[in-house]
Amino acid sequence: MKADAGGPSRRAILKGGMAAATVLALPACETPTSGSSGGADMALGHRLRDGAFPEPVREERVPLLIAGGGVAGLSAGWRLREAGFDDFRLIELEDQPGGNARGGRNAVSAYPLGAHYLPIPNEEARGLRHMLRQMGVIVGERDGKPVYDPLQLCADLQERLLWQGKWQEGLVPRTGLSSKDEADLAAFNRTMADFSRRRDTEGRPAFAIPIAYSARDADLLALDRMSFAQWLDQQGWTSSVLRAHVRYACRDDYGTEPADVSAWAGIHYFASRRGFTADGSGDNELTWPEGNSRLTSLIADRLGDRITTGQVAFRARPDEKGAMVDVFDAQQGSSIRYRADAVILAMPHFIATRLLGEKPDAAYSYAPWLIANVTVDRAPEGKGSALAWDNVSASSASLGYVVATHQSDSHTGPTVLTWYMALSDMPPASARRLLVDRSDVDWRRLVRDDLLGMNPDLNGAIRSIDLWKWGHAMVRPTPGFLWDVAPRQRAAILPPFFRAHSDLSGLSLFEEAHYRGMAAAEAALSSIGHPHETLL
Amino acid sequence: MADASAPTERRRTALVGLLLASVFAVATCGLIYELLAGTIASYLLGDSVTQFSIIIGTYLFAMGVGSWCSRYVKRDELRLFIRVEILVALVGGWSAAGLFLLFPLVEQFRPILYGLVFVIGFLVGLEIPLLMRILRDRFDFSETVSNVLTFDYVGALAASLLFPLLLVPHLGLIRTGLMFGLLNVGVALLLLLLVPSRASLMRERILALVVMMSLIAGLLTAERIQRWSEIAAYGERVIYATSSPYQRLVLTRHDDDIRLYLNGNLQFSSRDEYRYHEALVHPAMGRVARPANVLILGGGDGLAAREVFRHPGVRHVTLVDLDPAMTRLFSQTGLLRALNGDALTDKRMHVVNADAFRWVRETKARFDVIIVDFPDPVDFSVGKLYTETFYRMLRPHLAPGGMAVVQSTSPLVAPAAFWTVAQTLETAGFQTRPYHVYVPSFGEWGFILAGLVDPGTTTRLLPGNRFLSDATARQALVFPLDMARRRVPVNRLDNQALVRSFAEEWARYEG
Ligand SMILES: Cc1cc2nc3c(=O)[nH]c(=O)nc-3n(C[C@H](O)[C@H](O)[C@H](O)COP(=O)(O)OP(=O)(O)OC[C@H]3O[C@@H](n4cnc5c(N)ncnc54)[C@H](O)[C@@H]3O)c2cc1C
Repeated sequence: MKADAGGPSRRAILKGGMAAATVLALPACETPTSGSSGGADMALGHRLRDGAFPEPVREERVPLLIAGGGVAGLSAGWRLREAGFDDFRLIELEDQPGGNARGGRNAVSAYPLGAHYLPIPNEEARGLRHMLRQMGVIVGERDGKPVYDPLQLCADLQERLLWQGKWQEGLVPRTGLSSKDEADLAAFNRTMADFSRRRDTEGRPAFAIPIAYSARDADLLALDRMSFAQWLDQQGWTSSVLRAHVRYACRDDYGTEPADVSAWAGIHYFASRRGFTADGSGDNELTWPEGNSRLTSLIADRLGDRITTGQVAFRARPDEKGAMVDVFDAQQGSSIRYRADAVILAMPHFIATRLLGEKPDAAYSYAPWLIANVTVDRAPEGKGSALAWDNVSASSASLGYVVATHQSDSHTGPTVLTWYMALSDMPPASARRLLVDRSDVDWRRLVRDDLLGMNPDLNGAIRSIDLWKWGHAMVRPTPGFLWDVAPRQRAAILPPFFRAHSDLSGLSLFEEAHYRGMAAAEAALSSIGHPHETLL
Repeated sequence: MADASAPTERRRTALVGLLLASVFAVATCGLIYELLAGTIASYLLGDSVTQFSIIIGTYLFAMGVGSWCSRYVKRDELRLFIRVEILVALVGGWSAAGLFLLFPLVEQFRPILYGLVFVIGFLVGLEIPLLMRILRDRFDFSETVSNVLTFDYVGALAASLLFPLLLVPHLGLIRTGLMFGLLNVGVALLLLLLVPSRASLMRERILALVVMMSLIAGLLTAERIQRWSEIAAYGERVIYATSSPYQRLVLTRHDDDIRLYLNGNLQFSSRDEYRYHEALVHPAMGRVARPANVLILGGGDGLAAREVFRHPGVRHVTLVDLDPAMTRLFSQTGLLRALNGDALTDKRMHVVNADAFRWVRETKARFDVIIVDFPDPVDFSVGKLYTETFYRMLRPHLAPGGMAVVQSTSPLVAPAAFWTVAQTLETAGFQTRPYHVYVPSFGEWGFILAGLVDPGTTTRLLPGNRFLSDATARQALVFPLDMARRRVPVNRLDNQALVRSFAEEWARYEG
């Protein structure tokens, strides 16, 4: 484009021209959008609840068994190999490992089905950084700090917000604010910055990731006994702009409303990120077209044929020498009894307890999510800021969309938009029912209408909408959960069984799942008597 | 019949005067709309003789049809006249803006154009006989005919003089249309005020006010409409326009000057592109011993490739351009093939339509010369192609002894942006030699040679250049003070420093 000869405003012409063009060209007719529909394997899940599996017909011995191949189970496997312990098996009920961090692919691009990014880990996340170095995500070191591969760091522009009819950079509105909004936002930011800097007498951050590294000061833990909304009210921060932003954050990370999230969890979102990096891009995140399934696939590759998919564990009991786990193999239609010295149950609480014949703790609840991968013929545009990786609308019930090809290409032509919605504004059980009861056609219409509300320019450009329903997407950090319920549950875990899942921490984050995987693996190694140096 | 009191009489006379004035207005406006349509048609579609004669023909014919149809009007001529007047104001007033806005949107522009001309002609054709009938009670027949026709023709003269001398140069096409729409509706409103009140004309009043408001709103936002209607903003005649999923391509032609705009930004002017492309290609080619294998990134117009093929030893040229619409256009259109000397259809040419960011990452090939001719870093998408990461990915594809060159925007207008490119190339491990030349249609323009070793100050030029001589090439390496190197950040994927400084500097320059 070299220069602009002549006309002063020529540079801006086209943007406006095309926007006007597409608005005028809105076709009135409504054609149903095609697409697929999927989700966590619900049929197997229900069978699990009903206990309707055939009794085992053969036995297999394995020193260590991991049941569940999400981030936590995979990380446990990775940790075992790091310690030179190779003799284990990982079984996963789906036909692909990764759990909530799985991805998909079509002719246009790879895309996430769930988790889509990993913030740059904090200094305290030692084990995770170790793994990222092995995987080529961290490519070097400068001044004792990690250097990240620029292709895996989210490229500029990272996020934009549709606010009062115009896209702007960042996620916090910056125009049209009342003085109350500005005062509350400033006070909130100051307080969060203070929390972020705060350390206890042992030097532990007030809010750490993984949360296990956090300070235990009484005034901090007290924040876990009230809701975030209550706490904000106490501070007198009633600005609707601030509250809307806070609500976005709670739904985005926890799939839960501020009134149902503990204040500790809510503050954690804002005061825990201190990305440790040499480039000063510490508030950036790592992301890939296929989302976090890049990481789960890399771990799965390292575990190789130790992973067996399509196998569901339905019973787990201690036996004379260790443990036995009964597993149904969906492909063979028959069951196997694994006998192991130690077993890591890397699955959510409500499944693990059922396998063990225990009653699930009623304090555990999970937020349902709907994901839609929307294939479009051309890039979304809009008034104001250019397309970002993460695109959020202040006036939408959804959490916006991320652009799959943001990292792989420079220009966005045909692409896949991964659209997210946490069904947080009703009790989780009702939301799960809605997720199943509402027809796919209706869901697709909802997704399309929401997307076109944000980007009318996409009218006529939507090729397909692939739905993905997560019934139990994220554990909910309700008041009292993180520092009362979860520790109680962790204390109840006894060998030969070990447990690994993000819901043991209470925050559904990659870092937590990874930490719980490592912790379970190290505990199992200790109980077996395999020497290792801790990475925790 | 009714009282012939003085005020009413005066009112009558005023009405008659106004009616005659409106003949004048109707005639002027009608002709203006016709001229607007003719001008826009020849501007958008080319071939002004054909356009003007078809439009004049259509217009006159439509007037005839309108006049003929006036016989079916049996009563209420005045009310109808006012309605027609309001309608002409609306359709005619918005015609120029509408045509410009619709042009890029519709497949078939001509039916719309001629349809519009027909509608306006029809309405104007209806008006004159109506007026004559309204006036016939006031004058005798011969006087009426003579009055009406006189004002009609005088109006036409006024329009044809005003249009080229005053209106187009000072108001532009869109504003001219809206202004005359206002004149039309103004006449209608005055008539509505003066007409005896027994006729209930409430609906007409409201209508007239609404139309007037829309025209005023149009006038106030004419600037923006102008920007929306990209086409109106090109100073030259558009000979081709299309939208691909990636960009909008517009070709214009003014005499022998062909210009390509991508997203409204000038890519080349055929009058001086040889300066740009000689300067882009030969300093790098002339620094490599025997350049045989050349990569061009961007440059889908084939003009850089044309210069590359002038080097006798060249065996393969790979050209990576994002947009198939672009390379197709420049390999299939005669006019453009003449410009690039059939470079895109050359047997040694391998055209790849791909995103360079991905292609460079995935290719294994190595090249003696790499010519990086991307659009300026106007947005985050192109900005990625100027990052340290991209240059690091590029480096292994340069053969030993090879040379790369990067078009790097104007070091005069955007010095910080220019030197950011140099800084970024150096951080990525290249040794650089920046240089600049003058290209009239662009202004002062900059390039950066980048090699694995110092590119040095000498190059071997081919005979037969039109612009670049040894002395020019040497001179180009010298940067005067206002373009001198300054401290700038490195452009990285996660900060896109270049996009931001580029936008800032160009905005300041353009005011
Ligand atoms: C829509 C969505 C978006 C998200 N976005 C992000 C994000 O951007 N960043 C982030 O850090 N986190 C995100 N998360 C959170 C994400 O859940 C965690 O990061 C992480 O993937 C959780 O891993 P996990 O191993 O704890 O649990 P899970 O993913 O639940 O893994 C459990 C695994 O066990 C398997 N399993 C269950 N029962 C059995 C059985 N009986 N036998 C065998 N196998 C069994 C399951 O199939 C599953 O693979 C998101 C989650 C969702 C749903």
